[in-house]
Amino acid sequence: MCLAIPGKIVELLHEDRDLAVVDVLGVRRKVDVGLLEDDRPITGDWVLIHVGFAMSKISEVDALDQLRILTELGEQDAAVEEVRGYGLGSP
Amino acid sequence: MTSAPTKIRFRDPQVEMAHGAGGIASRRLIDGLFAPILFGSNPDPLGDAAHVSIDGTRVAITTDSFVVKPLSFPGGSIGELAVNGTVNDLAVSGAIAQTLVVSYVLEAGLPTDILEAEVRAMADAARRAGVIIAGGDTKVVEHGKCDRMYITTAGIGRVIPGVDISPAKVRCGDKILLSGPIGDHGITILLARGELDLEAELRSDTRSVGPLVEALADALGGAIHWMRDPTRGGVATSLNELARDCGLGILLSEDRIPIRDAVRGACELLGLDPLHIANEGQFLAVVDADYAEAALDALRKTPGGEEAVLIGEVDRQPAGSVLVTTLYGGSRIVDMLVGDPLPRIC
Amino acid sequence: MRYVDEFRGSELITKTADEIRRLADPQRHYRFMEVCGGHTHAIYRFGLKDLLPPNIELVHGPGCPVCVLPMGRIDDGLSMAENPDVIFTAFGDMMRVPGTRGSPLEYKARGMDVRIVYSPSDALKLARANPEKHVMFFAIGFETTAPSTALTLMRAKAAKLHNFSVFCNHVTIIPAIRAILDSPDMRIDAFLGPGHVSTVIGCRPYGWIANKEGKPIVVSGFEPLDILHGIVMLLQQLNANEQKVENQYKRVVPWEGNRAALKAMAEVFELRPYFEWRGLGFISQSALRIRDSYAEWDAEQRFSVPGVRVTDPKAAQCGEVLKGVLKPAQCKLFGKECTPEHPIGALMVSSEGSCAAYYSYEFRKAAMASR
Repeated sequence: MCLAIPGKIVELLHEDRDLAVVDVLGVRRKVDVGLLEDDRPITGDWVLIHVGFAMSKISEVDALDQLRILTELGEQDAAVEEVRGYGLGSP
Repeated sequence: MTSAPTKIRFRDPQVEMAHGAGGIASRRLIDGLFAPILFGSNPDPLGDAAHVSIDGTRVAITTDSFVVKPLSFPGGSIGELAVNGTVNDLAVSGAIAQTLVVSYVLEAGLPTDILEAEVRAMADAARRAGVIIAGGDTKVVEHGKCDRMYITTAGIGRVIPGVDISPAKVRCGDKILLSGPIGDHGITILLARGELDLEAELRSDTRSVGPLVEALADALGGAIHWMRDPTRGGVATSLNELARDCGLGILLSEDRIPIRDAVRGACELLGLDPLHIANEGQFLAVVDADYAEAALDALRKTPGGEEAVLIGEVDRQPAGSVLVTTLYGGSRIVDMLVGDPLPRIC
Repeated sequence: MRYVDEFRGSELITKTADEIRRLADPQRHYRFMEVCGGHTHAIYRFGLKDLLPPNIELVHGPGCPVCVLPMGRIDDGLSMAENPDVIFTAFGDMMRVPGTRGSPLEYKARGMDVRIVYSPSDALKLARANPEKHVMFFAIGFETTAPSTALTLMRAKAAKLHNFSVFCNHVTIIPAIRAILDSPDMRIDAFLGPGHVSTVIGCRPYGWIANKEGKPIVVSGFEPLDILHGIVMLLQQLNANEQKVENQYKRVVPWEGNRAALKAMAEVFELRPYFEWRGLGFISQSALRIRDSYAEWDAEQRFSVPGVRVTDPKAAQCGEVLKGVLKPAQCKLFGKECTPEHPIGALMVSSEGSCAAYYSYEFRKAAMASR
């Protein structure tokens, strides 16, 4: 139930608006975008693919945000510990 | 006086598909039924070829059957596999193939032009591999009794002097070399069957690895401890066989294993492990650590060997198993394949 | 590979693992359950246990739709394959799962028309291409997969394609989690929520886990960084004595879920009053069946099936392993009578079942470590 892979929409099919071609590292397959009818993807969008259906659009903003959070992990705490190390606060 | 019949240890009541898949079940069949009855005198019936002495001359001999659907695919066809497969089995046993004989089982109704195409493919492959096809046999069976065409080839070759490989020669600290990217053949076949509706620019890697093995033997001779061509079951199955045969552990670095983008993409989409996918034009070599650099050098200088890499080493643990480690230190055991690799959705 | 490689990068993984070690209280033993079989598979595949401190234990949950399918249902599906006019289609995951008289692959070897499909839409395509045959699709999966089956049925109906049917074995995740939490031996501190199921159902359905049961739950993705980040977020909640639902997998999971997917499911499916889960017993309102409006495409209505209940041998302790009460190696049959090659119980049958995953990836490592 869980294997889903990001792929890029490289082509929308004119003859069937529910079908698009996705590309995953050069491997191409038609996927059904019917589950995204509320927010139809366009060429260039990245989607999550599961059993030949697009489940969700991938948000670049959220992806970058998550990576940023992880990059800064521990830095805030390290900063706090550094200040604690100055011995200014109460014991 | 008749001697008591050899006892067989094979307990399965009938032959199943898994017995032909090249993994655990195949091994059980060979170890438990064929070996006790047929291979009494051969110390290594699971080796890629048998080395025998005829009046003092060492020759290598091997045979292989080819059953593939579709018959023809990007990068090759059954005819080429039939030549290269046997040539490669001889090569990785430490011998240079010289002569092949071929046996065809043909399905009645097979169009002549398809047969001709395969025979031409075999002739071309033989020429490229530098081998002679000296003769053969043909049988025709009723329509429906075989899948269009089965080809069996047997090959004989000259043992390379100075090369003497066996799992018993493998030592802790030995390095593991791989001749090039994995998974091309198996994924090409999977896509060519058309059932999964995937398209990619991929070709089978079928080729003779003879020149590469010769280059390696030239440079290293006895410092080569073991070789195998990772066909059905992939690199994982071949290395698991080695691990079991030598009782040592095989450690692989995941980031060093070369995989083409399209193979990776297909494997990610289908939930397959590239280490389990068949290859038809690559080989693994386990060499003395002191000669690892020289080995890589020799391969990379040979046409077709440019992508050769060091992928791991032999250690005491995990004894009998293969461990793959990532750059960040996570590791997993990679087992032999039980049957054919199956796509998954979970 | 975009949106994948960035989440497998060594530097960030190491950093996140360090943060986990920093956050984990050495006086505490944490038990986190990852609900979804895909997470179980990812944890083993990426060797993530090697990166965790010894006081964090990952317990594998029941989210493996193959594992929880009773053998009787497999027999029912395969009985349809025995019909010479039927093409039996299923995902690869199903192919080696044994029924009483063999697995789908074994039926194929015996000559029945059994084919692997990657998508239910491929099964529909087969039906179009083979009008003289009937294509039956053996549908499995949680809410991640159900919408695709639903949409395929809608397309079949719209196209008036009558040589196609679905044998519906879709199950839902919330009742499974409830069964875990209701179990008296349960000692789970927090949950890693199923990221891909949540692309469909969103994060709201997990509210009761945090609010009523008082357990933190973080909906997580499947790359190493996602899982480790999810664990960081669980530790942060536990350290702050919080219990809430959080979404780690924001780049893909919408808090409200996928409306179109839920709509398709509601159009085609309804809840069964109860359904048997292998290892867990009967659970009410936990599985989907096809509505009467789609009866023509319901394989259970088109074919008469044996419907025989097959129980597992008593010695197989799948239920306890599923609930996290026992570890795979603690089951008496593990590694001896029950192996991936000849599976006896549910959890050895699928590659993401806890026992199969443990057997293939882990237990020889454990032997190695103990030397």
